[in-house]
Amino acid sequence: MAPRPIVKLLRLARFPILQQLQLEEALLRATKCNWFLINDGTPRHSIVMGISGRVNELINVQQAQKQQLQVIKRFTGGGTVVVDHNTVFTSLIMQEGALQGLECYPVPIIRWTESFYMDVFRKHGEFKLQEHDYVFGEHKFGGNAQAITNKRWLHHTSFLWDFDPANMAALQQPAKQPSYRQGREHGSFLMRLQERLPSRQQFVQELQDNADQHFELREVSLQEASQALQRQYLKNNKVIDLAAHVQQPQQ
Amino acid sequence: MALRRFAVQFGLRAQAPVADLAASWGRAFATVLPELKYAKSHEWAKPQGDVAVVGISDHAQGELGDVVYVELPEVGATVTKGETFGVVESVKAASDVYSPISGEVVEINQALVDEPAKVNSSPYEDGWMIKVKLSNSGELGDLLDSSAYEAHCQH
Repeated sequence: MAPRPIVKLLRLARFPILQQLQLEEALLRATKCNWFLINDGTPRHSIVMGISGRVNELINVQQAQKQQLQVIKRFTGGGTVVVDHNTVFTSLIMQEGALQGLECYPVPIIRWTESFYMDVFRKHGEFKLQEHDYVFGEHKFGGNAQAITNKRWLHHTSFLWDFDPANMAALQQPAKQPSYRQGREHGSFLMRLQERLPSRQQFVQELQDNADQHFELREVSLQEASQALQRQYLKNNKVIDLAAHVQQPQQ
Repeated sequence: MALRRFAVQFGLRAQAPVADLAASWGRAFATVLPELKYAKSHEWAKPQGDVAVVGISDHAQGELGDVVYVELPEVGATVTKGETFGVVESVKAASDVYSPISGEVVEINQALVDEPAKVNSSPYEDGWMIKVKLSNSGELGDLLDSSAYEAHCQH
């Protein structure tokens, strides 16, 4: 049996999502270590788009402004999510070769993550990876995105412990949808993890315990991890100014 | 210093399926063109005088999956051998692409704005990404020929 890779564990809570994304990008691009991050909630509700996201196609700008939502375009692919204190985040950052036989390409990575999280979720329902989303049956509870660079990869997930439907009103129905969504509105398509799992605290602990089964975990401090932010590397996260995207009514 | 090279973004548009049967059958059937030079990171360069056309190989597009978005540098930007010049999105993943040669970007493939899937269907022709005026033509000699690249892909 292959030895378990050494992975640095960083546990955070109520850490702002913008800073989390900036830290993740630094750990991916400016370190050679393997990482597993858990962030239990973000203090400010925010819209986070993928690298290819277009504000006027994905966001109800006036609604988002009214709700004072921060809008971020992140460095990874994937779709648009609304996150807040009820979102639990995880991030896997790995060097190619750390996991024996796993190739550094999008499909093998995302498929591997299904097996990685299987023991956490299968006791609570029909868990699977469905067109790149984590679902119970036909309901999505976790959104995924990835970045690959220089034989390193990052896979991060936003788990919906709970969500406010009012926040979802700030999102448009995306033109590109997974087929299993079948045109459902956010409220009918998404599932709250609290409907299936008994305890949020227990869930967060199980995420760590599960990682401990797969890796040789070594917990580090935020201070140690943040040293990567001081290095030179490509930075692709940015905050979007919604005012610049307000469309003027046609005369 | 933040390295913000990517000012030109080609948005998500048509979702054309991968038409190249060879690409969908994986690396055993990936096409390699003898007249191109290849980087181990799966980009190709086609010399045309003091300019080289750059893209990603058939092997690379097959491994990435359906490309839905391409981000390229501005015309006039400098690219450096081995360093990131752009991003390709597929399967919810943003994957860096690396320049096989150094020089100045003199043209980018605007067709990828509306049809990023050209990277999948025609990686060596319609899916080209940038044209670079070479600052050091000797770098072409460091790249793999088609036979060596094929062998590299088999490992």
